[in-house]
Amino acid sequence: MASEATATKTAARSDEAPIIQMRKVDKFYGDFHVLRNIDLSVTRGERIVICGPSGSGKSTLIRCLNQLEEHQSGEIVIDGTTVHAGLRGIEDVRREIGMVFQSFNLFPHLTALENCTLAPMKVRGIPRAEAEAAARVMLERVHIPEQAMKFPIQLSGGQQQRVAIARSLCMNPKIMLFDEPTSALDPEMVSEVLDVMVELAESGMTMLVVTHEMGFARKVADRVIFMDAGEIVEVAPPEQFFRAPENERTRKFLGQILHTAGH
Amino acid sequence: MRELGPNEIIFILAAVRWTLLLSLVAFLGGALGGALVALARTSEIKGLRLISNGYIKLFQGTPLLMQLFLAFFVPGLFGWSVDPWTAAALGLSLHASAFLGEIWRGAIEVVPRGQWEAATSLGLRYTPKMALIIVPQAIRIAIPPTIGFLVQLIKGTSLASIIGFVELTRAAQVINNATFRPFTIFALVALVYFLICWPLSAYSKRMERKLLVAAR
Repeated sequence: MASEATATKTAARSDEAPIIQMRKVDKFYGDFHVLRNIDLSVTRGERIVICGPSGSGKSTLIRCLNQLEEHQSGEIVIDGTTVHAGLRGIEDVRREIGMVFQSFNLFPHLTALENCTLAPMKVRGIPRAEAEAAARVMLERVHIPEQAMKFPIQLSGGQQQRVAIARSLCMNPKIMLFDEPTSALDPEMVSEVLDVMVELAESGMTMLVVTHEMGFARKVADRVIFMDAGEIVEVAPPEQFFRAPENERTRKFLGQILHTAGH
Repeated sequence: MRELGPNEIIFILAAVRWTLLLSLVAFLGGALGGALVALARTSEIKGLRLISNGYIKLFQGTPLLMQLFLAFFVPGLFGWSVDPWTAAALGLSLHASAFLGEIWRGAIEVVPRGQWEAATSLGLRYTPKMALIIVPQAIRIAIPPTIGFLVQLIKGTSLASIIGFVELTRAAQVINNATFRPFTIFALVALVYFLICWPLSAYSKRMERKLLVAAR
């Protein structure tokens, strides 16, 4: 006989329930209102692309999900757990959420392989041999198995970012967050990273991607979100988002970035 | 008056071991204290930051000689008599804790924010994050200024002579009082300090250059 609490938990974990639920989330930096009344729910396996002008709050939004940034009001529920400032055991939530940064943030004193094995060994307690085997599989998956013993400084930007993706995947996360993963890359390296992300999307990973790569959005996104001044202005499937954006601000933004991208 | 002969010279040189031992003890004590101060200074807990900051300010803002006097005389007020060796080791350790703490705080804070964030996002808790990600990167940055401070500390042990601890400087004073050959004696002592400190400074400079090259 399941207690009410267990029943609720089971319901929250079922496949239909959203894996991410944000309700009326607000965030301030001092007086600056960074996130305004954000409502967003993401289902398992869904791929979301978030775009918007710089300073619109899109990075802040995904950084609130694993609480690299704290929100001041509203509710964020990740796979049944409500996260907030000072939550004990926040690490248990974080380890289920992989994050890829604009500036890669690989650990410079560790090899590519060690970057990938550190968290599985220290956070999940996986033995070294097993962690290394898994890491090699992941490095293969991002197409750089031959770079396993190299240090980050010996790798190109595109290779570093792919190691960073592998490092996150080695934790077997339920959600992957990408914070402008190709913005710091030389143009010729963008596609090697995007290809890996497309393959990841095809594998059914739940992904939230902050990016201006509209080709990527068209190809893999289930929904595209446009943010401006801390608000979610428009949410639509890519087809509709690019063909017939409803909001004036979205149209203006798309005009600007598609123009600069040479479309 | 006594002549300055081989015995006197040997007496002075033999006292170098006390200078070195005092430096070593003070450095180890300071490293332990300094690590705590640095961690407290970079802590998320405000109280720890305030206390450690006050500690650093206090020891950086007062002369080492006063710190040694206090370490020597204050325990007496509570009825504990401390010998010059204990007082010097304690005073210099507290002094070194403040300076090393501040140097290492700087080194920890120079590690880019993104390194903390990457480690945090992987679910690492404070201890493994510091031990495996932040500190190994901070150490590389901290080595040159740490050795630089060690040189200051070795020279600083000469002040322990004033509270009566017989190390190199005190031994020289004793012999000078008996032989009155100040130029020869103190030139010799200065040379000994130089021979200890100069290689360390040179090593520190070399490490610094290596780091600069690596940072390019």
